[in-house]
Amino acid sequence: MKENTNLKHKNIFIKNWSIIILIILLLLFPLTGNNYFIDVAFFFGIYALLGLSLNVVLGEVGLFDLGHMAFMAIGAYTTAILNTNFGIPIIILLPISALAAAGFAWLVCSPIIDLRGDYLCIVTIGMGEIVRLTLINNPFGITGGPNGVFGIDFPSLGSFFMIDSSTEFYFLIWIVVGLTILALINLQHSRIGRAWNCIREDEIAAEATGIDVRRYKLLAFILGAGLAGVAGNIYASKLMIVSPESFDFMESCMLFCIVLIGGMGSIPGVLVGAAAISLFPEVFRAFAQYRMLIFGSAMVIMMIFRPGGIWPRKRGAVEFKSLLLKAGRDDV
Amino acid sequence: MRVFLEQLLNGLTIGSFYALIALGYSMVYGVMKLINFAHGDLFALGSYLGFTILVLGTAYITSYLGLWGGMIAAMLIAAICLAVVGTLVERIAYRPIYPSGRLPAVVSALGVSIFLQNAIMVVWGPRPQAYIASVVPSAYIKMGEIRITLLQIIILVLSFLLMGILYYIIQKTTFGAAIRASALDRDTAALMGININTIIFFIFALGPALGGTAGVMVGMYYRKISFVMGWNYGLKAFTATILGGIGNIPGAMIGGLLLGILEMLGSVYISTAYKDVFVFIVLILVLIFRPRGLLGEKIAEKV
Repeated sequence: MKENTNLKHKNIFIKNWSIIILIILLLLFPLTGNNYFIDVAFFFGIYALLGLSLNVVLGEVGLFDLGHMAFMAIGAYTTAILNTNFGIPIIILLPISALAAAGFAWLVCSPIIDLRGDYLCIVTIGMGEIVRLTLINNPFGITGGPNGVFGIDFPSLGSFFMIDSSTEFYFLIWIVVGLTILALINLQHSRIGRAWNCIREDEIAAEATGIDVRRYKLLAFILGAGLAGVAGNIYASKLMIVSPESFDFMESCMLFCIVLIGGMGSIPGVLVGAAAISLFPEVFRAFAQYRMLIFGSAMVIMMIFRPGGIWPRKRGAVEFKSLLLKAGRDDV
Repeated sequence: MRVFLEQLLNGLTIGSFYALIALGYSMVYGVMKLINFAHGDLFALGSYLGFTILVLGTAYITSYLGLWGGMIAAMLIAAICLAVVGTLVERIAYRPIYPSGRLPAVVSALGVSIFLQNAIMVVWGPRPQAYIASVVPSAYIKMGEIRITLLQIIILVLSFLLMGILYYIIQKTTFGAAIRASALDRDTAALMGININTIIFFIFALGPALGGTAGVMVGMYYRKISFVMGWNYGLKAFTATILGGIGNIPGAMIGGLLLGILEMLGSVYISTAYKDVFVFIVLILVLIFRPRGLLGEKIAEKV
């Protein structure tokens, strides 16, 4: 019994050490001084944030969302339009973009939230396409049509500090990702997180135990959309331009794959998945036109050999085991 | 009135493309409960195969067999090749994943889709290709005020014929009853002595074959084909499938035709730029009021 608790402590110790080492590596990474590498790491961060935001919807609650880029598009265009037309600073627009995307999610998802599985899937695809096509068609002349909106400012605090280099953007995105991870880990262990997982495992059982399924599903969409809106804000200020083709169906599919390749509902899994999706095309750049062929085959092979993802979440099993250990059962 | 009738005819024509592709989605979904995202790219592959046979092989095929023979040969060869590719895709990319549930299979299907799309790009090049005019019949007839091209008539007759044959097989024959039984409950069907592997082989051969035929038709109708067209048509056909009720064969046909007509009428009476927005809004409205599609029956949730 005593040995077991020691073992558990040791595990936590090792886990903490690996996280600290990871953070130190992330902090030291910009010392490589190679702007190309730092930019790749920045986009890895953007994909990680988007993956985390989709993970709330797909991984935690099990809702098929194949139009998630629409929320990012709303965030990015909110930032772009308000900044270029009214000169509002990017930092102030960060929460506004998140709210805009979350509000959009609330508005659009309220009527469709009761749809099941594949029907929800096609409706979210439809929503993504509606947003993209509307942006291309330049409604009221504010979205700039296929060219998009350009000339977006860098984020700045007054006049004394401005985020304008690759390294500073790198730190910005990874600080946001870090804070998001902390918040999501807490959420996973909260009442809300447990309700979400319950809905994912068995919706009818969840409803029977008194969980307001509709509300919790909607909450997941709103939260996921808000995070995607934040990603959109940072993305827009980094690129200084937003255009509709950055938010197409293909990108939404890639987000879907990040969550599933990493492991549904697993936060380290999402980071690994984001790394796989964002770094793969860069690493295989030498293969030129063949790299996406390799990419597609890799996805198939990956699913054949690790259908649960690279780093699946084992929460339920671990907790059950520790409960048995607490009850004095050593035979587990 | 003339505009309305002409657009109705155009809508029926593209609607029959959507319907033919949608049948592939619907059959696979019905039996396997898998959204085959690679289906759109199989359709594009069919279009490119037809292009190779008709345009690059024109010296051999069209000159020996004539315009009609060339057309039939292109569709037949494309359909056969696609049936082979479809079953291969199932063997390699889907079969090992069935035991691990539905979501990994979706990722695998997306992987196959990316693979096929880029394979087409590598083989035929990234630039759009064109079906030359000499391999496509150009005659037309006038009925009252409206003009109907011979090609439209061929497309409509052929696709309705194919849909009719499929409908007959699925609804009237013993084999069709076996397919419907597997769609209802795969395990029980297997216990009743139905060979599930034959059924899977059949749907993964026939679905892509129909899609490939539609690919050749689209190539002849629009003349221009590109390697990314699979996503676009695949998405529309999938929408049509859901609109009619997924897994439902007559539903897929009606959904496809309806989608084509909606798209064409929407582009005339509402706005060309917003026609796809219009289509998706109709889809969302239909699903809000009929959550299982137009022809989908209401199934009580099992506990």
